Amino acid sequence: MTPRRSRGRRLVLVAVAALALVLAACSGVKNNGQNSLEPKGPQSQKIYDLFVPILIIAIVVGILVVSATVIIAIKFRYKKGKNENPKQVHGNTRLEIGWTVLPALLLAIIAVPTVATIFDLAQNPGPQALQVNVEGKQWWWQFSYPDAKVVTADEMIIPTGRDVYLHLRACDGTSETPTTCNVIHSFWVPELAGKKDVVPGQANTLTINADKPGTYLGQCAEYCGLSHANMRFRVIAKSPADFQEWLSQQQQGPVNQLTEANGDPAGPTQKLIVNTFQCTNCHVFDDSSKAAYGPNLTHLASRTTFASGSYPLTRDNLVKWVRNAPSMIPMSSQDCRLPPGDGICVGMPSFIENTPPGQQSMTQQQAEDIADFLLEQK
Amino acid sequence: MTTVARSLPKAAPRPLALRRPKRITGFWSWFTTVDHKKIGILYGATALLFFVVAGVEALLIRLQLAGPNGTVLTAAQYNTMFTMHGTTMVFLVGMPLAVAFGNYFIPLQIGARDVAFPRLNMFGYWVVLFGGLFIYSSFFLGGAPNGGWFGYTPLTSTPISGGALPGQGPNFWCVGIVLLGIGSTTSAINFIVTILNMRAPGMTLMRMPVFTWMMTVVAFLTVFAMPIITAAMIMVFFDRNYGTLFFVASKGGDPLLYQHLFWLFGHPEVYILILPGMGIVSEVLPVFSRKPLFGYSVVIFSGIAIGFMGWGVWAHHMFATGLGPVAISAFGLSTMLIAIPTGVKIFNWLGTVYGGAVRLTTAMLFSLGFIAMFTLGGLSGVLHSIVPADTQQTDTYFVVAHFHYVLFGGLVFGIFSGFYYWWPKIFGRMLNETIGKWNFWIMLVGFNLTFFPMHILGLTGMPRRTYRYPSGYGWDTMNMLETIGAFIIALGTLIFLVNLIFSLRRGQVAGNDPWDGRSLEWSIPSPPPAYNFAEIPVVEARDDWWHRKYTEDSEGRLVRLPSGGADDQADTASEPAGEAVGASVATATATDVALRDTSGATPAPVDDHTDGHGIHLPSPSYYPLVLAAGLPCLGYAAVFREIWWVVPGLVFLLFGMFAWGLEPSVDEEG
Repeated sequence: MTPRRSRGRRLVLVAVAALALVLAACSGVKNNGQNSLEPKGPQSQKIYDLFVPILIIAIVVGILVVSATVIIAIKFRYKKGKNENPKQVHGNTRLEIGWTVLPALLLAIIAVPTVATIFDLAQNPGPQALQVNVEGKQWWWQFSYPDAKVVTADEMIIPTGRDVYLHLRACDGTSETPTTCNVIHSFWVPELAGKKDVVPGQANTLTINADKPGTYLGQCAEYCGLSHANMRFRVIAKSPADFQEWLSQQQQGPVNQLTEANGDPAGPTQKLIVNTFQCTNCHVFDDSSKAAYGPNLTHLASRTTFASGSYPLTRDNLVKWVRNAPSMIPMSSQDCRLPPGDGICVGMPSFIENTPPGQQSMTQQQAEDIADFLLEQK
Repeated sequence: MTTVARSLPKAAPRPLALRRPKRITGFWSWFTTVDHKKIGILYGATALLFFVVAGVEALLIRLQLAGPNGTVLTAAQYNTMFTMHGTTMVFLVGMPLAVAFGNYFIPLQIGARDVAFPRLNMFGYWVVLFGGLFIYSSFFLGGAPNGGWFGYTPLTSTPISGGALPGQGPNFWCVGIVLLGIGSTTSAINFIVTILNMRAPGMTLMRMPVFTWMMTVVAFLTVFAMPIITAAMIMVFFDRNYGTLFFVASKGGDPLLYQHLFWLFGHPEVYILILPGMGIVSEVLPVFSRKPLFGYSVVIFSGIAIGFMGWGVWAHHMFATGLGPVAISAFGLSTMLIAIPTGVKIFNWLGTVYGGAVRLTTAMLFSLGFIAMFTLGGLSGVLHSIVPADTQQTDTYFVVAHFHYVLFGGLVFGIFSGFYYWWPKIFGRMLNETIGKWNFWIMLVGFNLTFFPMHILGLTGMPRRTYRYPSGYGWDTMNMLETIGAFIIALGTLIFLVNLIFSLRRGQVAGNDPWDGRSLEWSIPSPPPAYNFAEIPVVEARDDWWHRKYTEDSEGRLVRLPSGGADDQADTASEPAGEAVGASVATATATDVALRDTSGATPAPVDDHTDGHGIHLPSPSYYPLVLAAGLPCLGYAAVFREIWWVVPGLVFLLFGMFAWGLEPSVDEEG
């Protein structure tokens, strides 16, 4: 008897230790900004409210079945001297019907709120919602506000308490006649909503809404190539007044002009940007209403992060990035020729390594000048 | 005497043909064998090799993710690793392991001497081996696959000049999977024809062992699923290399078409992987509980139901793609429905063990582990059918946890159970039970340590397929635990491999029936002779072998028949199997054997008067190897777009095909 009891005690001990480990692990991830178990808006709250009761049922069923397996195996374990020829039971129709019908009933109960929530979340929030176009690129996100004619990247600013209706696009052009398309990405801000894929040629939509001001972390959730892991972004919710202020600030022209009226660079740094390194092939520096191949940089300095939300917008980071972006985020731009499209060029090229023939290498000073210029573009 | 019943017309001299191989033993016989048992061993050895390779890839993945901002691998290397780990585990480990056991035991369980198409069987093996080597050769020939095992378009289908995914990887991947599909289709057709046509007299379908039944379902699923993935692979290949526009949205193509095709294959594929495991468990539990399978017919029909319903759930992999509320509701409901037959199976397994005389051998422990771990995986699967919740879970580590509970806790545990259960039959020597138990417990602990925290990681926001994660998300500790767990699994695997080698060298001799088994494979010597059954058994009941040994009294209690048919039970008697655990049972068997030997009334299934002479078996052949060798050549032609590869490819193909066609299945001179 004693060894059996100690075995049972050991099992309980292991179970308690496992549970403690799980709880300890769970407490570590509180408030990480990307936690689907900490909903911060009505959409994510609905999912959470649907999920948690069913999760509890699943945990109970799981514990029951696993315990039953262990208990049955131990209880009926053959021991010397016991009867090794048990009663031969071939089946039991009533039991079979029972354990077919019972799960079916349980699932039917689960199915009703599931389907109701599916249709609820698929509803168009209506014209009062803020419309935002979301474009997934390799490997960054572009957010544009069609009514305000504002294009930004990496950080989506939304007003609190208002539905935001996202139009998820992978192609340029209209959704009926797409032109250049990217690969599939998936837009996911766990604390605000479930994910929705960004599929070329498909007009997907998603509604999000943040209860309170704050920063909600997001991440591309569909494998999209080399730097998929770095394709992050953030949704920053501001009070409606702050949001309006941000929007009107974005609508203004740049702090520093890039070019003169005749099209010539407006200064030595501008000359580096336009002529020497041809940054303007991919980026727009002086018009926040325009989308381009790369992120719109007109108001870069108004953002808190850059490079897909991977790095805080500091001078050091930016200088390093301008010179050698692939050292910070892997890019498929080894054979990159300018302008893009000529050679394999996905992402930002390095200006000091593997520079194409005819392209001069960027000095530290030049990078600092460009970074300083950009940091003035509030 | 000639070995063919109907004398064939003497074939004209064939100048091109190779001299027919004669060897049926020794090293070179493995290249030309058509014996289903040897081919089964080849499949098993190959799959174990790839299991180790995929395991190394998994360890590299875990090392990279052990801490935040890992630098063990580059992004490109990491993407290759998770792609190849998935592709290898599905196509080169899971499927071939099931085919290995199927090859070896389907004919034995139905009382047949071989499969229906012995040379096709060998051809299938060569294609799988060459397909695997072909895919892995990409590491040296222009870049390994890096688009994920699911290879979504347009990432994989964009021409290389588009830069979405660099390297030759997707090309190798497409062609390799087409090759592997050819291999699995041939073995599936072989299984279907064998099972439908070659059962021993009296072996009705509803008397068939559950493992053979599940392999039947798997074979049908394979035959219908493989054409779909093949079509999808060819479309991707043509989009990437020849400018077709199947998945190009801006030209009217549709990237989601690929996902429909892939998962219409991919979900039945999940059942192709798990049903063999369920079959093995359904064999092991009754044997080690000394009770018949609870609700045999219900278990069979649940398996068939899963097979059918598996075709109606594919879009649950696509809940976030924007199919619209009606479609995703329908697929959510069908996903819930498939949980019912799955649950029924679990309850029937528990019903089998309940009230039994349970011997906790390693095989039994792995089967019980299967029930427990697979249940957890099934339950997280039900959570995925809650569509809105799934949009939070899909493409996160929650899904990784889910399918590893199903495919590692399920499939791999089932396969390990199968190894411990059937190894003595295959090699005539037992696996060591003490080592086996270390193997099981280490694997169980390592497995849960690796994959349980992934549930929490996923729900708290960690996405899949990311080569690094920043610190500060609270994910660091769990990831470190997982990496430790992965190495514990690796230790368990190492112990398993040691056990295999130990057994081959000095394992305890098993005897015919070390476990007191129920199905026909235990009625013949271990290892079985080339002809399997000296005399084809006449089957009178489900668990026929068991009923030759036992009967039931009026209260349903097991009663040993006063005599039995096993011819050399002395082996079992002198060397009790399964060490301490099986010892008492084995001793009991020994006593009864003594009884049986004195009376000898029941007909023995093995005819003592024959040593296999006069049984015609198919003869070895070079042509499966020759024919299969043509396929990777054509594969290289496609990948490199170099036409000269076609020449050896066609030479091998045409020569192999015609020479095979002209070669009689049984050597006339042999």
